[in-house]
Amino acid sequence: MSAAVTTKTKEPFLRIAKREGLNPWKAWGIRGIALICALLLCALFVFALTKLNPLDVYSSMAKGAFGTTRRIWITLQDTAILLCVALGLAPAFKMKFWNIGGEGQILVGGITTAACMIYLGDLLPLWLNIIIMVVASSLSGALWGLIPALFKAKWNTNETLFTLMMNYIAIQLTAFFVSKWENPFGSNSVGIINPDTKGGWLPEIGSNRMVSPYVLPVAIVLILTVCMFFYLRNSKHGYEISIVGDSENTARYAGMNVKKIVLRTMLISGGICGIAGFINVAGASHTISTNIAGGRGFTAIIVAWLAKFNAFVMIFVSLLLIFLEKGASQIASDHGLNNEASEIMKGIILFFVLASEFFINYRLIFRKKDKKEA
Amino acid sequence: MEHSSAIRLENVTKTFGSVVANKDICLDIRYGEILSLLGENGSGKTTLMNMLSGIYFPDAGKIYAKDKEVSIRSPKDAYDLNIGMIHQHFKLVDIFTATENVVLGRSAKKKESLKAAAARIREICDQYGFDVDPDQKVYNMSVSQKQTLEIVKVLYHGAEILILDEPTAVLTLQETEKLFKVLRNMREAGKAVVIITHKLNEVLEISDRVSILRRGEYIGTVETKDATELSLTEMMVGKKVSLDIARPQVEKKKPLLEIRDLSIKNDEGHIAIDNVNFYIRGGEILGVAGIAGCGQKELCEAIAGLRKIEGGKMIHQGEDISTMTPKQILAKGISMSFIPEDRLGMGLAPSLSITDNMILKTYSEGKSFFVDRKRGRQEAEKIINDLGVVTPSTETPVRRLSGGNVQKVLLGREIKSGPNVIITAYPVRGLDINSSYLIYDILNEQKKKDVGILFIGEDLDVMLSLCDKIMVLCHGKVMGIVNAENTSKEELGLMMTGAINLTESRATEDKKPGIAKDSYIEEGTK
Repeated sequence: MSAAVTTKTKEPFLRIAKREGLNPWKAWGIRGIALICALLLCALFVFALTKLNPLDVYSSMAKGAFGTTRRIWITLQDTAILLCVALGLAPAFKMKFWNIGGEGQILVGGITTAACMIYLGDLLPLWLNIIIMVVASSLSGALWGLIPALFKAKWNTNETLFTLMMNYIAIQLTAFFVSKWENPFGSNSVGIINPDTKGGWLPEIGSNRMVSPYVLPVAIVLILTVCMFFYLRNSKHGYEISIVGDSENTARYAGMNVKKIVLRTMLISGGICGIAGFINVAGASHTISTNIAGGRGFTAIIVAWLAKFNAFVMIFVSLLLIFLEKGASQIASDHGLNNEASEIMKGIILFFVLASEFFINYRLIFRKKDKKEA
Repeated sequence: MEHSSAIRLENVTKTFGSVVANKDICLDIRYGEILSLLGENGSGKTTLMNMLSGIYFPDAGKIYAKDKEVSIRSPKDAYDLNIGMIHQHFKLVDIFTATENVVLGRSAKKKESLKAAAARIREICDQYGFDVDPDQKVYNMSVSQKQTLEIVKVLYHGAEILILDEPTAVLTLQETEKLFKVLRNMREAGKAVVIITHKLNEVLEISDRVSILRRGEYIGTVETKDATELSLTEMMVGKKVSLDIARPQVEKKKPLLEIRDLSIKNDEGHIAIDNVNFYIRGGEILGVAGIAGCGQKELCEAIAGLRKIEGGKMIHQGEDISTMTPKQILAKGISMSFIPEDRLGMGLAPSLSITDNMILKTYSEGKSFFVDRKRGRQEAEKIINDLGVVTPSTETPVRRLSGGNVQKVLLGREIKSGPNVIITAYPVRGLDINSSYLIYDILNEQKKKDVGILFIGEDLDVMLSLCDKIMVLCHGKVMGIVNAENTSKEELGLMMTGAINLTESRATEDKKPGIAKDSYIEEGTK
């Protein structure tokens, strides 16, 4: 009608269109490009602000994570613990049950493990104590996961808020036990448990002192990874989890007992997070504090989602995250940068990796040049 | 008389990934005319109209408004060009009044009090013969009133070109006629009207010209007066087809499923099914007609064991199933498939592969801890071959298939389990002619195998020729169960709106409608 409208003959400059079924190799290509772009931007950022040679900075990152045999194994162990939490969260998230209570589930697993170490460490043979610790930590983690699931099943409470609040209870509980087990008195920390007898410590494997303490934690998580992969992909339980996650109506329609599946999955989810707490306390830190979860319950959510709940892919995602963490602290000490500078680099890299998912799911269409059309 | 061109499309093309939704479409929409856009499902009708209303942007081609080239980049551009779209799913705010909905979001241009707006709405209603109360809240409106409100909304904003996407899908026969009267009035007032549909009789009744799409390609435009149902179908499908639905005669068996005094509540706690009696025999298709949302969904869910019943009995071959779990009911051989509006809501897991969807009801069989995907894959391959499902592979997620193929997968799975009762709601919802006939054939095939079928449908013409008997529901009550050969569309339509109630008028002392003479239920137990 109006003249103004008829002059608009130009196509919009940029359009976004959804795409589906991108071939997986291309998708990984896009992720790779994103990583390279992120590294380039980081280099620019480092150079602009500090005039340091970006290559030096990167090499100290690598050094921080993989510089010595010991560092390699510490990186692997930390990767394993993060991966373990992600393995726990994956079934819950795949079921669209937003378990952001990984933090609390790790902590309660850690508390029970520490209790076993303190009270039973010097009484029972190690193998028996380890069995008790595994059972106790996974049960306590499972309980922590089960409570929100029960409330959800019974009264349809919001699991996101509920699992989150369970975290704070777990933190306070940990603080209580830390003050109870305080050693030495007045330090407000538990200190290394059984430093001389190593009662309840996960045994070392092999004779190389640089490697031996880390082998068992890594091996346990690797076994768990394989189990979780096949559990989610091939088992009947895994099938039920994906149906409930995709359409609860369809699950009910197929005769599945949705409540039972939710409860069972949260038991497993919390249980594995509890085992992560056990590995952390008995295998890595040998102490308990409110910091042992260290945000892994949240970071692991990124791991599980980025890997699309594929347990094997999660290995690489958690390795990347731990690498960035180790690298970041190394840059800070090597080049006298403060922690925030390295955190910014970590942020840039994560941002690019996450943003690449947008380009995998959507494509951009730019306005074609007029010449082309002619 | 030659009408002036309102909107003209030239070689418009739109692709989604590798799928060509529209290829070189040419269309001429004229003032003072009703144009039908006819095509099977997935032929690109809605995509095309979405480009006119600014939701999509074409990849290639030109659009002219009044013979001047334009570019429609957003719904606002379309609005400026006076194009008004009435979507299949209404875009109204339930808790607002009619007036509030009409003025919603568009107040930036000029300020007008609600009172003045209401007055203008009344004016428009008088002009075209609408029946809308400006102060009525939307949640109190019937489906047809909501649709009328949508039309009033676009007219209020000065639309000269109206596009209606499958407007009759949710209407009864009588309401459809009312709508057509309104559309004719608008044509007289010089508006350009486009109606998207795949119902041939409506095309012939209402439109001046018909443009036909097939698989995204433009086939041609014909004058309606030169067209017949058969000629249009051939253009639409691309080959000669027979339009008769077969109704094989099968010897009636004893009642398989008997429903007595059944009452069910809906999610809001209101009575959805009210004291309903009916039965299905083996080798029989019982149709259920009714306006959308008058208890069909609740009835299906109750029979499948997914919804608690308030009272009454559901007897399957003499056995009460009303307290059984969904799994036990499945094991009895009762299969339920419900195609909701989004086609994926119940019965399928959209992000999972065809294989995974095949094993949905059988996955738990056997003692193994692991699922047997090999069998699922074989079954998927068999259904893909037997029913002609178009899919890249058995591992393609179901949501990536087109509507017809999704429904074939669903029905194929239901049938392979060898049920003795099939409850199927809207199995041809939104399907094109070819796929629909395939579904009818599948159902008739099952009927010949002495399966009892409850067919909840929308299209009365189809039900009249496919079903043996038709039960009409109105607000959860049975208005009557009639023999399909002895009834008419008009009678069914009147029963659907509650104007005729055969259940009351035909009930006698010794014979209550909906109760079989050779019932499994002993009279003495009542």
